[in-house]
Amino acid sequence: MQGRWTRVVRTPLGLTATVLVVAVVALAVLGPVLWGSGAGAVDTDAILAPPSAEHLAGTDNLGRDILLRVLVATRLSIVLALLAITIAVVCGLVLGSAPFVLGRRSGRLLAAGVNIAVAFPGLLLALFFAVVFGVGATGAVLAIGLAGAPAFARLTQTLVAGVVARDYVAAAQAMGIGRLRILVRHVLPNIAEPLVVNATIGAGSALLSFTGLSFLGLGVQSPSYDWGRLLYDGIATIYVNAAAALVPGAAVLLAGLAFNLFGESVAKGLGVPAGIGLGAVVPGRRAVPVDAPAPAGRTAAADRPSDVVLDVRDLEVTVPGPAGPVRPVRGVSFDVRRGEAIGIVGESGSGKSMTALAITRLLAGRGRVDAARLEFLGQDLLAPDTAVRRRTLGTTLAMVFQDPMTAFNPTRRIGAQLAEVATHHQGMTRRAAAARAVDRLAAVRIPDAPARVRQYPHEFSGGMRQRAMIGMGLMGSPALIVADEPTTALDVTVQQQVLDLLTAIRRADDVALVLISHDVTVVGEVCDRILVMYAGRIVEDLPAADLVTAARHPYTRALVDAVPDMTTDLAEPLATIPGRPVDPADVPRGCAYADRCPLAGARCRAEDPPLVAGPDGPPGHRVACWHAGEPLPAPAGRDYDELVESP
Amino acid sequence: MSELRFDDVTVRYGRTAAVDGVSLAVPPGAVVGLVGESGSGKSTLARAAVGLAPIAGGRITLGGVPVPARGRSRPLQMVFQDPYSSLDPRMTVGASVAEAMPPGGSRADRRAEVERLLELVHLNPACAGAVPARLSGGQRQRVALARALAARPRVIVADEITSALDVSVQGAVLNLVRELQRELGLSMLFISHNLAVVRYVASHVAVMRRGRLVEQGPAARVLTEPGHEYTRELLAAVPGRTTRRSRP
Repeated sequence: MQGRWTRVVRTPLGLTATVLVVAVVALAVLGPVLWGSGAGAVDTDAILAPPSAEHLAGTDNLGRDILLRVLVATRLSIVLALLAITIAVVCGLVLGSAPFVLGRRSGRLLAAGVNIAVAFPGLLLALFFAVVFGVGATGAVLAIGLAGAPAFARLTQTLVAGVVARDYVAAAQAMGIGRLRILVRHVLPNIAEPLVVNATIGAGSALLSFTGLSFLGLGVQSPSYDWGRLLYDGIATIYVNAAAALVPGAAVLLAGLAFNLFGESVAKGLGVPAGIGLGAVVPGRRAVPVDAPAPAGRTAAADRPSDVVLDVRDLEVTVPGPAGPVRPVRGVSFDVRRGEAIGIVGESGSGKSMTALAITRLLAGRGRVDAARLEFLGQDLLAPDTAVRRRTLGTTLAMVFQDPMTAFNPTRRIGAQLAEVATHHQGMTRRAAAARAVDRLAAVRIPDAPARVRQYPHEFSGGMRQRAMIGMGLMGSPALIVADEPTTALDVTVQQQVLDLLTAIRRADDVALVLISHDVTVVGEVCDRILVMYAGRIVEDLPAADLVTAARHPYTRALVDAVPDMTTDLAEPLATIPGRPVDPADVPRGCAYADRCPLAGARCRAEDPPLVAGPDGPPGHRVACWHAGEPLPAPAGRDYDELVESP
Repeated sequence: MSELRFDDVTVRYGRTAAVDGVSLAVPPGAVVGLVGESGSGKSTLARAAVGLAPIAGGRITLGGVPVPARGRSRPLQMVFQDPYSSLDPRMTVGASVAEAMPPGGSRADRRAEVERLLELVHLNPACAGAVPARLSGGQRQRVALARALAARPRVIVADEITSALDVSVQGAVLNLVRELQRELGLSMLFISHNLAVVRYVASHVAVMRRGRLVEQGPAARVLTEPGHEYTRELLAAVPGRTTRRSRP
């Protein structure tokens, strides 16, 4: 919290705005004390004098110094503006939060009233109220305050609605806590920040409105004076002494700007951190480290078997983080052969999705991809993008995302979105592309495909959308499908259909599959080979058949044991992994898993184990662990889960 | 100890019946697993039980009397799916738990009770001063459990409490649920779409589809000899059914 406020001051704009606001407030406090008598001093010898060394901005029709009067007027102008904005905020809060307290029916009526009030122009309302409340400062304050209220009511209403939808409000209701109490304890604290920001900006516009009203003669009346009043007086003599109008004008401008900029920079500072740039985001090619462990089954590029679809060596991904570049993928090497299904499993933050985005070149401007080699069907993916390569990738590489709702454009028909792939990459005519879209939807077992292509994404169920997404990948003739948590958002029965579909496509056309999931059971069922990722590295690479019976890394074994299946022993507690995953911004020395590992020793904390095949194991089973395959000790009875410090 | 009963409960949103004439009993001290696909109405049934969704027909009773939907005494408590949304980010963990406790008692008593509850869910009592942002998802879900327990409920409704968690954390939360149930003799309505998870914690299983209950009975029977076609379909879809487990 504190950190975010200091961030506001740290930007040049934020600093300037803060200094301006502090200066204006200081002037409002000190002005009348220092120059009060000077500003009131009548000098009949110098009536309407032009600017001089004695009166820097000249004098008014009673010979009073205009600069001093402007400085002194700061207090009244600011106080009136703040009073008005307070009225606006308080009324807005009451009106905006009332719908939640009152319940559905009367709340809806009130909300409708507020919505109508918002539609009236603010200044018109202010003029209306000024007439109702009479000419003078009180009337003007009420007028501007009440005219500002609907906007705040609307804002509050929206913010309250957002917080009320959260589960902690539902939990409080389930506890039997009254609505008013929920409002005060749970809702208001969570909407305070945006309200404060908007109130600050509102103070600036209240100041301007006030000046406007005073200038029109509807605001402050003589002998009191604020900036608007001084402006009104100054305009009358603008041809005699321009400074008389310009100085109060400049004061209004500066103060208004101060409040507005302060509000803006607070809003910006409290928002999402901008992050630290990486410089030019270009793919880089790293020198191949001499001691880099070669992926299983081959040693050099020369004797590369021709059936390798995807070849990844020493892949690294770097993304900007709040405290400097973060490396979520740290040296990942693997290859995928034709028709092979590779599963990548790991907890959130293990770098599995980043790996997928890096190999499909979808990381774009969000991060930097480095690798000793990154080849797809023999094409270098690190080379600069060309039209030819885009076409090849567009037709031979398919990506399936977790949330198919956001992966489709909701405003276009499914068929058109599928056909676009074919017209764009394969140069098909629109008619041929449309026919292929129908054919492909049928191929992913969407019933009544000719009618379905004319529907929009929201008319498809979740599972159907995911199948359509796969169908989109099949518009070309893919050699590789990369699926990132394709079934996580789906029900079990639908999940099974999607997994079966992926398997069928793989069998039919010898398509390779990279399936990314947090669920070892899903991956174990569909894939041939499994890569287990932890803290941006592959810690084990093993055949899927060995996952349950012959996993050698303590993390893999814990992951398998932690998930209950239909044969889990009900008498025993499930295995758990103590602690929490490594923060990619702060990867420890040595083995990243050491802190959570029951086998960890001094060597684990000092040296990061390489990913190698075991001396007695099969060459296709690689593991990165100094204690691979050692028996795990009985789980120690940990009493508490430690409190984890914030990063 | 008393039984939570749903008698012919119907919940409507507009014209559609999200829950359509469901009758279900949660016997004292038992964990009833409620499974079904999304949109089957299982979460709506849970929300209706704690008074968060209005019922259009039928009755929900606890020990023969209707579940109170007003006032501070709430014998039914709910734990939500998303631990990132179910705790007030501006409140310390201790304050969140204390809020759910019945009013009364000295400040020291209340603090001691908060510490007892946090220990019960295997959290360090020092956590009480922390805000949720400092806790992991699994830890937050434990705080949510402690908060539900603080209200001294007779039944806890757990709505997909592990589905937003990493698998490594899910195990710890499931162990805790079983332990609490055994030690405190809690009754629980445990909602999940994951049959393996339900099998692990529940003694009874009820299957919902399109707002209706299609099958219910002891877990051992429903999960091994399903009577309804839909239950068979659900069982067939459980991933990993082809693999055999053996502890190394």
